[in-house]
Amino acid sequence: MRKTLLASVAALAVVPALAACTENASSGGDDEGGDARALSVTSNADTCELSSTEAPAGTLSFDVTNSGSDVTEFYLLGSDGLRIVGEVENIGPNLTKKLTVNAPEGEYFTACKPGMVGEGIRAAFTVTHAEDAQEVSASDQELIDQAQDNYRAYVQDQSAQLLAKTRDFTELYKAGNADDQARALYPVAREHWERIETVAESFGDLDPKTDAREADVDVAAGEEWTGWHRIEKDLWPQDAKGYAALTPAERTSYADDLLANTEELDQRIQATGEDALEYSITDIANGSIGLLEEVANGKITGEEEAWSHTDLWDFQANVDGARVAYEGVQGLLETKDAALAEELTSTFAALQAVLDQYRDGDGFVLYTALTKDDTKKMTDAVNALSEPLSKLTAAVTS
Amino acid sequence: MTGSSRVSRRGLLGGGLSVGAAAGVAGAFAAGRLTAPDAETSAAPVASYPFHGARQAGIVTPAQDRLHFVALDVTTDDRDQLVALLTAWTEAAARMTAGRSAGPVGAVDGAGNAPPDDTGEALDLSPSGLTITFGFGPGLFTDGDGNDRFGLAERRPEALERLPRFSADVLDPARSDGDLCIQACADDPQVAVHAIRNLVRIGFGTTTVRWSQLGFGRTSTTSTSQSTPRNLFGFKDGTANIKAEEGAALDTHVWVAADDDPAAAWLAGGSYLVTRRINMTIEVWDRQSLDAQERFVGRTKGTGAPLSGGEEFTDPDFAMAGSVGPIIPLDAHVRVVHPEVNDGVRILRRGYNFVDGSNDVGGLDAGLFFIAYLRDPRTHFIPLQRAMSSSDALMEYLRFTGQALFAVPPGVRAGEYVGQALFDA
Repeated sequence: MRKTLLASVAALAVVPALAACTENASSGGDDEGGDARALSVTSNADTCELSSTEAPAGTLSFDVTNSGSDVTEFYLLGSDGLRIVGEVENIGPNLTKKLTVNAPEGEYFTACKPGMVGEGIRAAFTVTHAEDAQEVSASDQELIDQAQDNYRAYVQDQSAQLLAKTRDFTELYKAGNADDQARALYPVAREHWERIETVAESFGDLDPKTDAREADVDVAAGEEWTGWHRIEKDLWPQDAKGYAALTPAERTSYADDLLANTEELDQRIQATGEDALEYSITDIANGSIGLLEEVANGKITGEEEAWSHTDLWDFQANVDGARVAYEGVQGLLETKDAALAEELTSTFAALQAVLDQYRDGDGFVLYTALTKDDTKKMTDAVNALSEPLSKLTAAVTS
Repeated sequence: MTGSSRVSRRGLLGGGLSVGAAAGVAGAFAAGRLTAPDAETSAAPVASYPFHGARQAGIVTPAQDRLHFVALDVTTDDRDQLVALLTAWTEAAARMTAGRSAGPVGAVDGAGNAPPDDTGEALDLSPSGLTITFGFGPGLFTDGDGNDRFGLAERRPEALERLPRFSADVLDPARSDGDLCIQACADDPQVAVHAIRNLVRIGFGTTTVRWSQLGFGRTSTTSTSQSTPRNLFGFKDGTANIKAEEGAALDTHVWVAADDDPAAAWLAGGSYLVTRRINMTIEVWDRQSLDAQERFVGRTKGTGAPLSGGEEFTDPDFAMAGSVGPIIPLDAHVRVVHPEVNDGVRILRRGYNFVDGSNDVGGLDAGLFFIAYLRDPRTHFIPLQRAMSSSDALMEYLRFTGQALFAVPPGVRAGEYVGQALFDA
């Protein structure tokens, strides 16, 4: 432990020395490519000092140290001074952050933005030809635009389906004499939520009202439990000790509340114009990673559907959402890291193959039917996918 | 029959070093060391801390590297038997912290046809800075039905209630609560385990073990003489902890004052001890980007500086703007638990990393065994934990699997037993 501590302190102390090396290496020519692509930047209120104003094409890294007293940012901009090739934000005083970008041969600008305002302290920067540089596709922007459009359409479609099925579900539940149908629709309606869970739960006001589990609620502190899982417990009370069924009036109240919150959610997701949600390539990639995190944290443990035990529906839906998000950026990834793309495609398929073993009719077996061996097998498959998937964002945005 | 020559741990430590004998004179630090004859001038680790004193050791004592913590339930309804146990524990603890055996005879010097009164695995080992700290749980005063178990109910501190369940807790009753607790900290795991093992043994027939926890790697700093360690998330932990050197802060936040609770005057000079077993979802955490990890914590992973800049001990600037919202996010751990937003409350943490092997799906059963000493759980723990449960970004990667609250009596003076003031009429 102490060793690590010392190592990290030493690493920081070494930065100026490294910077000096870098300068030598880059002025020495392209043949020492590794060092020439590692640059250092010192930013303060008045200056934006780079260890070199040129580097060979390829993956460049900028160690940006803020020696000033304001928060700073560093940008690598295209030759038009507008297109952002890469940026690193929120560097506090006396801290260092790294920017890694893949830059093809050409003319650029660098900019430090102390105080994060204005156009920053700019200087010209040249990326020289290099034999060992990776090709960067000229059609990246097209792939990015396409991914963003597709993902927005997907989220909007799922949200609309969620709303329609929630309407049906709450009607069945309120009726009081259609509980079997309500139980059958429950995991099916929730699939649409689970497919876009990372977007849906980003609305911090709606998520706890609609998707809180009983264990998430601090009753002692006066919090109220509402939403899907409140109704779930009422529909599947057999595991609950001494449970008192909700009255028709209570049923109506919880059902109407769930529907109203789902309508609100859909409204925000379908919004256009300046209220429209933006999905950056980072958001999409992180969404894919985040959905698998949901699987690892809640579904594989059977914590999510504590009463209905329909966790595998959610599991499948999270995987669906993660796969769709991944496929949206797959084209882009293939231009950046083809090996990672191949690994992800095959591990997604492997995870799906494991899940398929637990299909039962149109749905899945209940979580309570799973043995420890089953959940271990699923955990292994989720880990095998999640580990390479965690590299997705960095890969597609480099 | 064997063992005519008397062997004790002290004897095996070599020569006449008076382990712990001079301790207390210079607070915690005067002590003999294993090899250096010039112990008093050496900066090397301390070998032993005195057991007797105004406060129990193991609270502000510089946190040792290893922990064995046990919670026990009392099985007898005989008050005299309970007092006898506390007396026996006190004697054994005083001996063991001084590097001697648990019983008066020792592991190898007794009769050949009887089990030794010390289990022997700490023979040849130095005291390793062992401290043993005792606490009393709510169950010692009244049982689940509210019955006064030992005539102590009216002396129960008002604040000594079972902790509430917080949101997102998945508490295992088999890892929570307890009538009594013993915390053994040492720089050698075998010494800590030896201490608990022997005390549990002495308690058989009067107490049963409810749960216990091993810890390696302290996760906080209780003295300015220590560097800040790292937790299993890889971040420095306990940077803003109260340190032993901050006397006024200890009086405000850690030690129970004489007039805090008139019914429980016996606790004056003591403290409350909260434990929380915090499992970390290690595998999921490890897939978070460095930036995300730092945003969750609010500090850099390397130096531990707040994201608002500077060095490890620079005060966080929560108002400093970042590109989107404040540079230290609203749900960053460092912000949520900071005294500034919690009525100035500080606690003294003494937690340890733990790895209890792997769980049944191959993940690490690992995390942080949180230990905090505080003046009043109602003001110094419950609101803080509630804030964390509801708005700390780290919660996504934590599972609280056990908790307990104990009242920790003040120190033991020579000739007394631990908690004697509670039992004296």
